[in-house]
Amino acid sequence: MHAPNLAEASYTQVVDLSKTSVRELNQALHDLHPGSNHTAWDVLNPGGNHALAAGVEQPVGIDVRGSVGYYCGGMNQNAAITIHGSAGPGVGENMMSGSIVVKGDASQYAGATGRGGLLVIEGNASSRCGISMKGIDIVVFGNIGHMSAFMAQSGNLVVLGDAGDALGDSIYEARLFVRGAVKSLGADCIAKEMRPEHLTLLQDLLDRSGVRGVKPEEFKRYGSARQLYNFNIDNADAY
Amino acid sequence: MCGIVGLFLKDRSLEPKLGAMLSEMLVSLSDRGPDSAGIAIYGEERDGFGKITVQSPEPGKDFRALEADLSGETGVPVKVTVRSTHAVIELPLDRIEEARSALARLRPGMRIMGTGQVVEIYKEVGRPEEVADRFALAGMRGSHGIGHTRMATESAVTTMGAHPFSTGADQCLVHNGSLSNHNNVRRELVREGMTFETENDTEVAAAYLTSQMAHGKDLGASLEGALEDLDGFFTFVVGTRNGFGVVRDPIACKPAVLAETDQYVAFGSEYRALAGLPGIDQAKVWEPEPSTVYFWEH
Repeated sequence: MHAPNLAEASYTQVVDLSKTSVRELNQALHDLHPGSNHTAWDVLNPGGNHALAAGVEQPVGIDVRGSVGYYCGGMNQNAAITIHGSAGPGVGENMMSGSIVVKGDASQYAGATGRGGLLVIEGNASSRCGISMKGIDIVVFGNIGHMSAFMAQSGNLVVLGDAGDALGDSIYEARLFVRGAVKSLGADCIAKEMRPEHLTLLQDLLDRSGVRGVKPEEFKRYGSARQLYNFNIDNADAY
Repeated sequence: MCGIVGLFLKDRSLEPKLGAMLSEMLVSLSDRGPDSAGIAIYGEERDGFGKITVQSPEPGKDFRALEADLSGETGVPVKVTVRSTHAVIELPLDRIEEARSALARLRPGMRIMGTGQVVEIYKEVGRPEEVADRFALAGMRGSHGIGHTRMATESAVTTMGAHPFSTGADQCLVHNGSLSNHNNVRRELVREGMTFETENDTEVAAAYLTSQMAHGKDLGASLEGALEDLDGFFTFVVGTRNGFGVVRDPIACKPAVLAETDQYVAFGSEYRALAGLPGIDQAKVWEPEPSTVYFWEH
């Protein structure tokens, strides 16, 4: 007999990586079709393994219970991934949409080349955070390391703490918002005026990331001086 | 690529398990370096005695009667413990240099991996798991140790090209990365009188630190010097008789994770290597900062 009020939790797919391979997990996530009932996934014992939940296309929730290695959630589309631990290099690399929340710290090049979606790092991110970002939004509650947002093309990088050396080196049209100190700015990256539309944008990003008690006015904005690359105002809409 | 692990025990009750913990860490990083693997283990110390770790391409021939031959040549009793292609020779500490030259005469095919009061070094070509089994690393005890899985870039896949490199008593170094000014630094060190076994860049880094420490610097100051004088990509993990150090170059693209509890300090190229350690869920886990020297001493 059908049980209509079955607790939602009973639909959660539990995958224990001490018993199942990463390949099997990822294949199961890739095999999901639109409208599948398997909308909640719990991944146990990740053990620092690589490429967990990379390339997921469906709007499912994935909770990873522990720390992960390289490229977790890479190329993500639509999925909402929460890592209850720290992430190795390249978390959310080339993410397209959806969201990834890292409860701990993230290693190098978090969100690299990301095209869309929201990456939230509740701890610190190390070097090259948001390198070559192309539309992703990244919100870091702690600090970010050196060479972050290198050649960043578009999207928003929000840092509640401090930024390391050479922030935004060779930046294109990404927006960088830093609340703390910036150790140094990279080539062609400058502090910019915070206009009303930036305050609105920032408030929305803080709200969506679950940040409370922090005001957009506490941040400084940084971006391109447009001296290093050939900026043409007619192309401004493309960014 | 390449994978590095290191474990420095604070809690002496873990010492019998050092080899087991370290070999598990090493094997977990096999896909970072399947060419060769090695381990330096700081084991038991006997007052007044030292150790020479030797390797032979023909262990059956070279190690047979080695004890008697070397005793005869030096006039002191020596003890030889064979582990596969390696042997550890124990003898009075003040006879190490004499024994080194005797070994060159007695067994010209044999190579010296390292010397000191406590360190033993084992390294071979092959997958880390095979190397660990061959030397029965899991059964070894000690206070600290470092290990390496190699994906060769700068020189050939040979036993002598495997890490750790040891260029001074009880000193050893493992490296992930590649140095760009090693030929220059090697020439300067040769002028100081140092000798080199290989063309490998990592041997130069090890010899550089040996030279710094021979000039009276401690491990921390020597690693600070490396940041000034060595150019290229590096994450180094270094062992001395009672110390353990970590340093990364200013760009820091070679991965590194440290973990510390009341019981140990552990290093891994990736968190994977640390995931099986006791109490890791409660450990302080962090990435060492670029251009920053970390070291611990007993």
